[in-house]
Amino acid sequence: MLNNLIKKSKKYATTVPLPKKTNIPEGMYIQCPSCKKSIYKVDLKTQLGVCPTCSHYYPLSPKARIAMITDKGTFTELDKQLISANPLDFKDYDKKLEGYMSKTDQNEAVITGVAEIVGQKTVIGIMDSRFMMGSMGSVVGEKLTRAIEYATQHKLPIIIFTASGGARMQEGIFSLMQMAKTSAALARHDDNGLLYISILTDPTTGGVTASFAMLGDIILAEPGALVGFAGPRVIEQTIKQKLPEGFQRAEFLLEHGMIDAIVKREEMKENLARLLKLHQKEEK
Amino acid sequence: MENIRERIDALSEAINQLSQLEQTPEIASEVTRLKAVVYKLEKKAGTLYDPWDKVKIARKIERPRAQFYIDSIVTDFIELHGDRAFRDDKAIIGGIGQIGGHTVTIIAQNKGNTAKENIDRNFGMPHPEGYRKALRLMKQAEKFNRPVVCLIDTPGAYCGIGAEERGQGEAIARNLMEMARLRVPVISGIIGEGGSGGALALGVADKVFMQENTTYSILSPEGFASILWKDSNRAKEAAGIMKITARDLLEYGIIDDIVEEPVGGAHKDAAQAACTLKEYIVSMLDELSKKDCDKLVEERYERFRKYGEFYEA
Repeated sequence: MLNNLIKKSKKYATTVPLPKKTNIPEGMYIQCPSCKKSIYKVDLKTQLGVCPTCSHYYPLSPKARIAMITDKGTFTELDKQLISANPLDFKDYDKKLEGYMSKTDQNEAVITGVAEIVGQKTVIGIMDSRFMMGSMGSVVGEKLTRAIEYATQHKLPIIIFTASGGARMQEGIFSLMQMAKTSAALARHDDNGLLYISILTDPTTGGVTASFAMLGDIILAEPGALVGFAGPRVIEQTIKQKLPEGFQRAEFLLEHGMIDAIVKREEMKENLARLLKLHQKEEK
Repeated sequence: MENIRERIDALSEAINQLSQLEQTPEIASEVTRLKAVVYKLEKKAGTLYDPWDKVKIARKIERPRAQFYIDSIVTDFIELHGDRAFRDDKAIIGGIGQIGGHTVTIIAQNKGNTAKENIDRNFGMPHPEGYRKALRLMKQAEKFNRPVVCLIDTPGAYCGIGAEERGQGEAIARNLMEMARLRVPVISGIIGEGGSGGALALGVADKVFMQENTTYSILSPEGFASILWKDSNRAKEAAGIMKITARDLLEYGIIDDIVEEPVGGAHKDAAQAACTLKEYIVSMLDELSKKDCDKLVEERYERFRKYGEFYEA
């Protein structure tokens, strides 16, 4: 009986849709890709997208993340209206974008805005791996750059949650240039003595890793997050050998000195609040 | 196209044979005439090069590489090694010297002209320590107020265990950020392949140029075809739609100038290619060194700030 209610197993964590109101009738349970136990979707939501059995981290929608780390009702979105063009006239790119827009109810793979965390104002950017693998095209680069510039102009800190498969191939060289654009904007933010915290979530790779993700004054990561420049499959093809267990996971990065700390979801807000407080400038 | 190439090859062979004979005035004038014909044909072929032809020219093993250009156009060159943290990365050559009266810091990705050289240089694919050496030399250039000239020629940053362990992503990211605010003139140019973030990490500059038969792209055409179509054999088709040639990128405003190559490609007359390259770099150094450095940094910011195509509803 119960088996009939359990949705067939899905192979990859990143493709499991999050509990969404409109989605619930499709299957009230999902099977954890890590421990294979079935989880009641509503439970998953109250657990911040963490499997109650094995602590596997599911991708979070920006909306869920905003609820997780900001004070209720303080988030104001910036630049919601930007939509990707198709600079290379790449076949079916527009159609693909439309598909993701209706699937995620967002215009692009990042949401930016201003919010408060325990009463402290900050700019935030949250990437969404469900939107075309969180790939960075012109809009992702532009929204983040505007958010960084907004933070610089208003003397605010900025916090970016990264999640990306890398460059948006369909935008070719324009995608590549977003790496330079966002990094240049961060240089100005930095020149003004302002705080930038980046939080690496699963997965963060390619052009995002090689630009703003690794430029935080403080770099945090979620447990188990895959973070790298090249994806594991590409490396395996290049070096023709299997990669060791745990390679490119957050714990591996911590061990190799690439990040400051690993922070669990349930402790994220508190940690961010503390970091913001410790960087507050005294009024002169 | 094939037809023209065959004629060029046949004529070149004839020129070769004539040159080996005793040079009577008749033979000399015939050689000159044939050379002129070949020049015209190559010029014609040049305008017919499709993006995939450019990829092939850019990758030619005999194409002049950074080391050759440094030897040809930089005087008093002294190579400086190492990142002061891990090791010296031979995929990137760094050093100081003079070009046309300007003292500059040169940072250049270097492939080899033989299989052995290529292995030695890791096929021009830097590790994080290569990018960190580059950054160290850029900061040094800033301290001594000398311009930086970067020559780009890489299939991409190296993908491997060590590269990941030592933070390939961080090394590239740091270069992008620091180059954006470097307080000296920066000139960067593609002299072969400009592959991905591994190329951009030396490419945040006041003047960005490409030699005529080079490519600059988000990924190799093979990688692009493999990611989007799961078939790397469609690389030629990918090259056709990716907009990777100097002419395409000049149109998009991604680069400022195209530096001409001898007909048929830089490898046809390396000395001539070096001469043209030198002339270009010197003229840019003349121009940029007159600029106030605040203005330089401001304009560099605006340059990269504007890249992106989107609608604002």
